[in-house]
Amino acid sequence: MQAPDVLQPVLTNLRERFGDAVRDVAGHRGEVTVELPRERLVEVCTWLRDHPSTRFRLLSDLSGTDYPDRPDRLCVDYHLYSFDHNVRLRLKVRVSVEDPHVPSVTGVWPTADWQEREVYDFFGVRFDGHPNLIRILMPEDWQGYPQRKDYPLGGVEVEYKGAHIAPPDTRRYTGGWTST
Amino acid sequence: MQVDAERLAAESAVQPGRALDLPPAPTAEQVTLPERRAREVIATGGGDWAEVTARRDAAGDDELMVLNMGPQHPSTHGVLRLVLELRAEEVVSAQPVVGYLHTGIEKNLEYRPWTAGQTFVTRMDYLAPFFNETAYCLSVERLLGIQAPPRAQAVRVLLMELNRVASHLVWLATTGLELGALSMMLYGFREREVILDLFEDVTGLRMNHNYIRIGGLSQDLPDGFEGRVRDALATLRARTEEYETLLTRNPVWLQRTRGVGALDQDRLVGLGVTGPVLRASGLAHDVRKTEPYCGYEQYEFDVPTATGSDVYARYQVRMAELRQSFRIADQVLDTLPGGPVMVEDPKVGWPARLALGPDGLGNSPAHVAHIMGESMEALIHHFKLVTEGIKVPAGEVYTAVESPRGELGYHVVSDGGNLPWRVHVRDPSFVNLQAVAPMVRGALVADVIAALSSVDPVLGGVDR
Repeated sequence: MQAPDVLQPVLTNLRERFGDAVRDVAGHRGEVTVELPRERLVEVCTWLRDHPSTRFRLLSDLSGTDYPDRPDRLCVDYHLYSFDHNVRLRLKVRVSVEDPHVPSVTGVWPTADWQEREVYDFFGVRFDGHPNLIRILMPEDWQGYPQRKDYPLGGVEVEYKGAHIAPPDTRRYTGGWTST
Repeated sequence: MQVDAERLAAESAVQPGRALDLPPAPTAEQVTLPERRAREVIATGGGDWAEVTARRDAAGDDELMVLNMGPQHPSTHGVLRLVLELRAEEVVSAQPVVGYLHTGIEKNLEYRPWTAGQTFVTRMDYLAPFFNETAYCLSVERLLGIQAPPRAQAVRVLLMELNRVASHLVWLATTGLELGALSMMLYGFREREVILDLFEDVTGLRMNHNYIRIGGLSQDLPDGFEGRVRDALATLRARTEEYETLLTRNPVWLQRTRGVGALDQDRLVGLGVTGPVLRASGLAHDVRKTEPYCGYEQYEFDVPTATGSDVYARYQVRMAELRQSFRIADQVLDTLPGGPVMVEDPKVGWPARLALGPDGLGNSPAHVAHIMGESMEALIHHFKLVTEGIKVPAGEVYTAVESPRGELGYHVVSDGGNLPWRVHVRDPSFVNLQAVAPMVRGALVADVIAALSSVDPVLGGVDR
């Protein structure tokens, strides 16, 4: 694993403290991802924010991704940044569409307010304990969660009379010729 | 005009790292109905005006007035709506409502080849197009494991710093307009035009350039460009001094900005605020210094900070940043390396160079002759790149750059195909806008304008 040296103490401490909760640690392109079960998320986040070896005071980004091939297809990524140690860490929580509940981290980082609303808006992830979980960018009476992979782009009826948006080309090329 | 000093002191006493802006999050069952009603009034998510006021009436407070500011209010910087609760002139609460400019750019990106991505992302934060393009291209380059050639990196830095100046000038111009310094508006837009002319010279467009590409740039700088930049920098330097004489000690400007919209550093960090607003609270955090990209580590510059964390401090920081940007631009011009502006790898580097021909702008005749007459391999590469685009190895990265508004981050996921699997943009305007509500609580209506403006939100970036 190609974790930066500065992150090693963080990971060591994290394993010591939450060894049972850390599902997976992966490194890619110099970035480290820690996968957690949702039950321990708030506890781990609070620790990561406050412990002197980590001090991840900034939740810089919270984003969702849909992997329809997995049973737990909805994935929420938390990108943390530590001013004190100048390192970044990604936390990952996966949930299924049938039970899309993730505890809210608004109590740990108030900035999660809008960012969780955004993920709820586009992926339908329910952040339990969020003070006001309503849509943020889509109209509030919108049906469906537009960033899920089974939600079409175009090909949907629009409100304007006689208008129809044709679906775009959806072919994906994955095999054969590669760039590396 | 002054914020309540006692309240500010009480809030500053919050221990660092504690939950800063919200009470311990209650579960849905714990929230009683009156509480939920009260919450709904302050946290409206848009909706019919009658519904908003009906909720206010249900709360049973006759003194409270709910005022809708926006989305067509000229000083809300685009289509931002603020629902203000007022008791006389005092703001009890403010709730920004966003989404009026949502165009589904992130969804659209998943349906277009990687190489078409810059065309979309450049339209998000329309005052900082080069930052969007660079951040996107850096993310994809990291996934590909490549780096743009040194000349391309230096040109990116040059364009980004000029872009930062243009963006800060628009901020200065609009804030001046909103706070009654009308001449600042005229001067700010006048000088921004100098920079947009340079951009047009390089990319052909004033905004939405699509000039920075995965692996480098779409083409090299035009002849004589460096000289024109030096001339422009000399003009801008002199004019920046003039703005200072116009505003820095101007009593009206001081009264409208000092002590307004103040928020202490811990709360700013908790709310995820970055960029000049955070630096105006004294924290010298700048992604260009902490995680240098595009060779920023080669250039000497300072990270300006201020104390006070009010609108005036944010003004001071932005003015100082203008000078730092000039300084970086000068160094780029002095050390501009030669060489190609696109990676050599024929499977990544976009092959065609543009040239002006008899039938307008198109592929250069030399390139067409090369692929049609000389090299079958070049033709195949051209064909594959244009029809399918590049394939990016599976993985995910988060890349941040320092945009004029703060940390602009791209979370990019690839499944190994020719289309992005997911691109999420952490737009600083979106995150910073959350800080407006606590900034204006207890302030006067007129200060809402000043506080909002000091955050410098660009709604194209907020709504994406």
